[in-house]
Amino acid sequence: MTALPDAAPRPTGPSRVLGKLSHVPVMVLAAMVFLIAMLGVTFFAQVIQPYDFDYIDLMNRMKPPAPLAGFTWAHPLGTDTLGRDLLSRLLVGAQTSMALSLLGTVLGAVIGIALGFLAAHKGRLWDEVIMALVDFQAAMPWFIVALAVLAFMGNSMVVFLALMALFGWEGYARITRGLVIAAREQGYALAVRGLGAKPRWIYIRHVLPNIAGPLLVQLTINFPNTILFETSLSFLGLGIRPPMTSLGQMLGEGRDYLISAWWLAVVPGAVIFFTTLSMSILGDWLRAKLDPSLEG
Amino acid sequence: MRWITIKTLRAALTMWLVVTFVFFVLRATGDPAAILLPDDIDQATLEFYREKWGLTAPLWEQYVSYWKALFHGDFGISFRNNMDAFQLVWERVPKTALLGGTALLIALVIGMPLGILAALYKDSWLDRVIMTTAVFGFSMPNFFLGILLILIFSLQLRMLPSSGSGTAAHLIMPALTLGTGFAAQIARYTRSSMIEVLIRPYMRTARSKGAGPMRRLAQHALPNASVPVVTILGFKVGELLGWAVVTETVFAWPGIGRLLTHSVAVRDLAVVQCIMIILALTMVFSNMIVDLIYGRLDPRVRVGAGTASK
Repeated sequence: MTALPDAAPRPTGPSRVLGKLSHVPVMVLAAMVFLIAMLGVTFFAQVIQPYDFDYIDLMNRMKPPAPLAGFTWAHPLGTDTLGRDLLSRLLVGAQTSMALSLLGTVLGAVIGIALGFLAAHKGRLWDEVIMALVDFQAAMPWFIVALAVLAFMGNSMVVFLALMALFGWEGYARITRGLVIAAREQGYALAVRGLGAKPRWIYIRHVLPNIAGPLLVQLTINFPNTILFETSLSFLGLGIRPPMTSLGQMLGEGRDYLISAWWLAVVPGAVIFFTTLSMSILGDWLRAKLDPSLEG
Repeated sequence: MRWITIKTLRAALTMWLVVTFVFFVLRATGDPAAILLPDDIDQATLEFYREKWGLTAPLWEQYVSYWKALFHGDFGISFRNNMDAFQLVWERVPKTALLGGTALLIALVIGMPLGILAALYKDSWLDRVIMTTAVFGFSMPNFFLGILLILIFSLQLRMLPSSGSGTAAHLIMPALTLGTGFAAQIARYTRSSMIEVLIRPYMRTARSKGAGPMRRLAQHALPNASVPVVTILGFKVGELLGWAVVTETVFAWPGIGRLLTHSVAVRDLAVVQCIMIILALTMVFSNMIVDLIYGRLDPRVRVGAGTASK
């Protein structure tokens, strides 16, 4: 997978990534800016929001957003059916969606990478069992499983997060296992082993940095899917439910007012779209940069 | 033959895990009878229904008898309207199959030619336009695309119905919604697969034999390039089914997805269970078929090297 059995280990870590950051296309830059803004919202939504996201103001119901006739600067994105400020709701909703998806992606990656290493290292029965689990996970219509579990278990954040973490771990496991098996036989790993290093040390210090590229690419593929997973479930009325809000929940709520106030659905929908789009653009670019052999 | 046996055993193991998982997870969430029936019901009635739905025995006995019933094709009865759960689900299958099939067809008809064009004119402006469109296409959340289509074609232009399934016009928007993301994915896979095929020695051989560009494309490049694309399609069945649930909800399309969201809302355990097992069976089966076809077309897979990467 990772190229040839080269003699010296390639430079790894921040310097290599930074070196490749020059000459960034405009689309990728725009995607980065958008994602950084989304990250900012994830951490600071409560600081930026002009109103409390669930502050009800029945005198100002269904105000349209900025360019439309009848908007007010007090509510640049308008208000919903209860007069709640859409901008504030959007910020908090984006925060929930982003935080959950980030956590879910990272948890899934950790589980998958750990099991991938375990399968490659232990081999035999461990390998068989873990790969059987991978097959099982891949054969489960996980979205549908999550839907049923959430409906029957009720509104639990822990369950929701667990379902998101278990969504997509098998991709990391499969890739890690393959890469580790391939990397183990390469010059650098053999050399370190020859020097008497313990397996765990070899894996963490030497193999992991060398296979980080493809795993990062997998992360960029997995993250948009996780965000869609969250928003779709919340859209269907499972997952995040009132009084909490997320982008999917807002969209699901706004769907009932398409005729009278289309922006209630379109604005959160657009934010979800731009998030997944930005991540995909960034992912494609990273993939081309980090691993030319995976082109396409 | 050994390879086929292993694959079949794996598929059987997966099915067993799925059924077990579904069985225990759905029962770990509390007494279905208590959840399903009204709160103020008297104890005798509660017991009657628990008996009727087979919820009184210990969990292990329930599990064993559940398997026995499954082997007889008995998926239990709907807790809601006393109909055979399998019957209820089976009635909806044609609608979902129609929607999914049309979506896949749309995806292939749009995705394959675009992918081929992009590969033939690799790195040109055409390639870039197609691939950028593809990124937009598969980043578009299904439910959002559906809502945009409804806004434009139903509410503004009043051209297409926004819900239901009576006529061909009802099919257009849901199928487009479901198909767009897959069209984009197929375009990408086709492109990379074509690019790989176009540089192979047999393409040069074909050219030196004097085969024209169209002939080279249709007879040499395309058959080889479509193998991985078809494979990936087989593995995407689960994704398609998941998205179908959302699409059916947006457009009130009376398929399995709507039945599922409805059954989940009213906690109809038997129906939910039946749907999940049928969907998992569909997925395991289609994955296995793809594996078998692929193993036949490309003998290297059989040696077992195919698990290294996606």
